[in-house]
Amino acid sequence: MANYIPVIGLEIHAQLLTNTKIFCSCAADFGGEQNTRCCPVCTGLPGTLPVLNRQVVNYAIKGGLALGCDINRYSKIDRKNYFYPDLPKAYQISQFDLPLCIDGKVKIDIGEEEKTIRIHRIHIEEDAGKLVHDNIDNASLADYNRCGVPLIEIVSEPDMSSAEEAKAYVEKVAGLLQYAGVSLCRMEEGSLRADVNISLKTPEATRLGTKVEIKNLNSLKSIVRAVEYEIERQTKMLVNGEEIIQETRRFNDNRGVTTSMRSKEDAHDYRYFKEPDVIPVSITDEDIESIREELPMLIDERFALYVKEYSLNRADAKILVASKEISDFYNEAISVYPNYKAVANFIVVELLRYVNEGELDSRNIPFTARAFAELVKMAEEEVVNKNNAKAILKIMLEGRMSAMEIAKAEGFLMNDSTDEIEEVVNQVTSEFTSEVEGYLAGKEKLFAFLMGQCSKRLAGRANPKKIKEILELKLAALK
Amino acid sequence: MELCDKSILMLRQMLDQKEISSVELTTYYLDRIKEFDHQIESYITVCEEEALKRAALADQRIAKGESKSLTGIPISIKDNLCLEGVRTTCGSKMLENFIPPYHATAAQKLLAEDAVILGKVSMDEFAMGGSTQTSYYKKTKNPYDMTRVPGGSSGGSAASVAAKLAAASLGSDTGGSIRQPASFCGVTGMKPTYGAVSRYGLVAFASSFDQIGPLAHSAKDCASILNTIAGHDIHDGTSAKHKIDFEAKLGNPIKGLKLALPKEFFGDGIDSQVKEAVLKAAAEYEKMGAELIEVSMPSLKYAIAAYYLIASAEASSNLARYDGIKFGYCTPHAKTYEERITRTRKEGFGEEVKRRILLGTYALSSGYYDAYYKKALYIQDKIKAEYRSIFESCDAMITPTAPTPAYKIGEIEGDPVKMYLADICTVTVNIAGLPAISTTCGYDNDGMPIGMSVVGKAFDDAAVIQVADAFETNFKTQNPRL
Repeated sequence: MANYIPVIGLEIHAQLLTNTKIFCSCAADFGGEQNTRCCPVCTGLPGTLPVLNRQVVNYAIKGGLALGCDINRYSKIDRKNYFYPDLPKAYQISQFDLPLCIDGKVKIDIGEEEKTIRIHRIHIEEDAGKLVHDNIDNASLADYNRCGVPLIEIVSEPDMSSAEEAKAYVEKVAGLLQYAGVSLCRMEEGSLRADVNISLKTPEATRLGTKVEIKNLNSLKSIVRAVEYEIERQTKMLVNGEEIIQETRRFNDNRGVTTSMRSKEDAHDYRYFKEPDVIPVSITDEDIESIREELPMLIDERFALYVKEYSLNRADAKILVASKEISDFYNEAISVYPNYKAVANFIVVELLRYVNEGELDSRNIPFTARAFAELVKMAEEEVVNKNNAKAILKIMLEGRMSAMEIAKAEGFLMNDSTDEIEEVVNQVTSEFTSEVEGYLAGKEKLFAFLMGQCSKRLAGRANPKKIKEILELKLAALK
Repeated sequence: MELCDKSILMLRQMLDQKEISSVELTTYYLDRIKEFDHQIESYITVCEEEALKRAALADQRIAKGESKSLTGIPISIKDNLCLEGVRTTCGSKMLENFIPPYHATAAQKLLAEDAVILGKVSMDEFAMGGSTQTSYYKKTKNPYDMTRVPGGSSGGSAASVAAKLAAASLGSDTGGSIRQPASFCGVTGMKPTYGAVSRYGLVAFASSFDQIGPLAHSAKDCASILNTIAGHDIHDGTSAKHKIDFEAKLGNPIKGLKLALPKEFFGDGIDSQVKEAVLKAAAEYEKMGAELIEVSMPSLKYAIAAYYLIASAEASSNLARYDGIKFGYCTPHAKTYEERITRTRKEGFGEEVKRRILLGTYALSSGYYDAYYKKALYIQDKIKAEYRSIFESCDAMITPTAPTPAYKIGEIEGDPVKMYLADICTVTVNIAGLPAISTTCGYDNDGMPIGMSVVGKAFDDAAVIQVADAFETNFKTQNPRL
């Protein structure tokens, strides 16, 4: 069977986090009762005019800088014309030949390998409304809340060659935009969507094969499945000597297949031209520098810092930087208690367990990083034992008490004085006389039983080493 | 002098001195509309009740001594300017039942002074035309001769002012739509610098050329109205931050001004009586001490083509929203979305609008963009450069407003190319975004008014008004006989 190399490029649409829409003052966030977040401007009533929200430009530039782009100093707004019932003006205000950002790059990890995916361009545009199909009346209803919500479209170069790379790229782009604070990138809410372009070529081919576009993928899972399906479909066709036709396809989530939407011949002629209602955007070097200064340290830099300076292992470092909230939380915690590995370990193993199980939202941790650092420190310094530290974390997730208050209230504090331990050891040895006798007669296994009884009664308040020491002394005395 | 012959400035005085109330003045105009508009057919909608209410408010304001320049003055507005709660048709079946929930900024500014809006006047459908005969509603007549067109597209505005059915009017000008009807109906009409008046609430035809402006009895009245309606508007991203005082140069001497006469505007296609009247007016300026300088605008021969390509391209996109989904006309005969949109547009738009949508769509289509739209933009740059170079040595330019006086209804409307060529004297001003005013400078042998245009540098609107006003001061106008 012939060997084909997939050539994959992505167009990612990310919703920007501005308070208001791109051309009017309606609220831009997700949700709301149908047709309550729209006005004459975003629904294109005759005579209304769009006024560009400069915050959209600033956020797009910020996102572009996070993705390593150059920023055009002069950027033009254009109209993309097509008829659709969810597009009330019958044109989308977008950008054609002079986008805000060009020539970016992001690094992705594929196993141990690192790969760079180039970004061709990023432009700003308005979102369209949404059609809701009403099966009762057999009608389509339009919801215009989403009309005019600001988007950036991030167009990659065709630098990916597998579903895994496409997924890693989307995750990385989403992560960087979240770090920049310009998009929530929640695929389930539609704030991140992707179109995928795929073609196949033989290793020796110098030209790209005919590409197929798959529109509107709205989960990482469907991106992976659609890419895998499409590679398989095109491979089969080529093996059978069939010709791939340039077309737009859609992915059917239920059946896991792509189906044709329209061929190249039916492709829209969008008749792009300069939007006469919105004057071109001028951007100064100062604008760019002041936006750049607002950017936090990003994923790759934080990863390098954690591995090189904090000596974390790559796996833990990767987990920590995957979410800005967690990475920020970690940074703050180690600023209070600079035991890099212990704090990292407690986050990765304990705290993120709750996140992964869906019990905790990493954007909404109910205690401060300082309080968390205190807990890790208590565990490390054996003020409480490891199991009790976990129990304290669980309680902290429910309320506002500090680790120390919880430890005191629950009696988790280690007891340094030997009086209590001696008292318990005396109790145990006098209650379990037959076990003591057995031990003394040579059944050494019974030591563990007696040790367990003591630990249970001390409920984690004592250092096990100390219990062992005192119990051994006591048993030696009874010999 | 009859009440209706008085300028806004005179009416202002009468109102402020309580010689007449705004309610009386408004009633007077409403009565005239009832008496004469069935012949003229300028009003699509008369807002009698609203007008009288507003007049009463104006009277209270005047009584408190808080009147502004247009308080209590009865004005008509073109039916492509949105007025909250009042049907805004754009002269099209497509918007037969469209009632906007907002005011156009220009209308809002009139109302903020308690100017009285008498009603909405007719126009060519979506402002596409020069005769007002493409209106789906009132095919307005020229008050000087009912068998002739009033010009257009602001024909309703011009006729309502000429027939004294309003003290003044607001129109819109994309390629001459204020100036040409002003010239046909013997009134003064001004298109200010692009961006001077907010376009918010003006139903778009060609966004990069559209401007709102006044039609009135004099340049002074135009200046007064412009001072009210102009200014930066946060709802229009193309509105200029520039502050213009339109009355700033009124009365300044003409002596020493350099007035350009571009020879291409006095060439073959121009009616000899028009040429003669405009040159005679130019000679008047010379007498006042101005220097006349012959200049050339070689790109004028491409202006009509460039204008119709750019304006139609933008129109094809601006008018795409009329799809029968959210507002406006919707065909009753459709089962699918495709059918609904196709039939709605087929049934809702008139011939001329369809022609321009087709032309514009074609000009923007892939494969034709470079050959048409892009070349038109190149011509736009050339025309701008030619104006710039003329205004380096001249203060203003004098041209005819239209190649002919008002023609007979039915004479050329059937021939789109002839209709388009008739815009030759006005479109370059829109292409370059400059201020221009048309004022009456003579009458032809049939007694039809002839208009002269004064064009100025961008944002030097005050000079254009100064020059027109200087001529008007010494010129005796004739009234139409109704």
